[in-house]
Amino acid sequence: MDLINIFIKSAFIENLALAYFLGMCSYLAVSKSVKTAFGLGLAVIFVLGITMPINWLISNYLLSETGLFGVDLTFLRLILFIAVIASMVQLVEMVIEKYSPSLYNSLGIFLPLITVNCAILGGSLFMVAKEYNFSESVAFGLGGGFGWFLAIIGIAAIREKIRYSAVPPGLRGLGMAFILTGLMGMAFMSLMGIDPAAF
Amino acid sequence: MAEVKVAEKKEAAFQFGKNEKKLLVDPLNNDNPVTVQVLGICSALAVTTLMNKALVMAIAVTAVLALSNLITSLLRNGIPKQVRMIVQLVIIAALVTVVELALKALDYNIYKELSVFIGLIITNCIIMGRLEAFAMANSPWRAFLDGIGNGLGYGIILIIVAFIRELFGKGTVFGLKIIGATPDYLINTTESWMFGWYENNNLMVLFPSAMFVIGVLIWVHRGIINKSLVDVS
Repeated sequence: MDLINIFIKSAFIENLALAYFLGMCSYLAVSKSVKTAFGLGLAVIFVLGITMPINWLISNYLLSETGLFGVDLTFLRLILFIAVIASMVQLVEMVIEKYSPSLYNSLGIFLPLITVNCAILGGSLFMVAKEYNFSESVAFGLGGGFGWFLAIIGIAAIREKIRYSAVPPGLRGLGMAFILTGLMGMAFMSLMGIDPAAF
Repeated sequence: MAEVKVAEKKEAAFQFGKNEKKLLVDPLNNDNPVTVQVLGICSALAVTTLMNKALVMAIAVTAVLALSNLITSLLRNGIPKQVRMIVQLVIIAALVTVVELALKALDYNIYKELSVFIGLIITNCIIMGRLEAFAMANSPWRAFLDGIGNGLGYGIILIIVAFIRELFGKGTVFGLKIIGATPDYLINTTESWMFGWYENNNLMVLFPSAMFVIGVLIWVHRGIINKSLVDVS
């Protein structure tokens, strides 16, 4: 039950994109059409779900004082996390290319982009800060990815429609995307009162 | 060939001419990392609730950006093209770790407040973007100036957004009371007329307001200051 709570909490209440502003660069850059946003969102769920448990293992069994080396190595956390993320993205890319060329083609350039998507690294850092255990970190990863997926699909759909509106010239494109994201953030804020334990 | 050599010699010197000045000034307006290049948005939004947080973040990013630009530019001829991303990430991650530890030692409260966002400087796309676009192709001195310039361009947006959000959200600037409810120590004094006419707007402290403030900043920037930036697509 706890795991479902964490999933719902990380997907809706503490949405990585709309509550913590993580992954905003790719969120704004790749949200011009729903189709590409869908691909990127899926890739983010995938990579978050994989890197989160791996980073949990690293931070608990390699870097902590009670871990393999018996010394506090937390200062190496950033470097190791980003190395794991970069290599996992590379690995996922190769596996998908081998076994599902059609998915690979639809994700295309978005897979390598994910390395520098701060939602991934941020998710891992939040996981450490919140002291989740292994299964909770998996739920947090999948939930966070799903929340990010929802956010980018939403903004892409709105941006597709807003193209036909008479927006003031200075606001066209980027400015409007910011304001729309703010409005979406306000909508998601209304979910804050939900008590996940009620589910 | 002779000309190329002369040009290289000239570039190696620490000169400060028109081109170098452009590197510093351009990111403040025409080529602003946040409002024009759309880089480094995540941290620009998250740390701007208070001005001192924004200032620390701006300094940290400028330092990491300038130094990583410098180091990458020094190593640029020795980095194989296939692994350049990993090399860049390692350079950035090492510098960010140094900044993180330094901040932890210097001001623990700010370090706690910024929490994961110091670590997230690694994936701040301004840094990767500038390394990839500029430092890999330019001399160390120019790359260093570019780093400083982009850091300042990023910092100035951070400070403006933080000023608006802190002033209207908390009624303070750098923690100093400017508007809002009358502070306790001023009740029934001659200065109390300065306060009380403004109610703090709590929305300004919450996340959507950062989006609105930056959206409006972009509007002002493109609509009034620099009309050539208008998105025509």
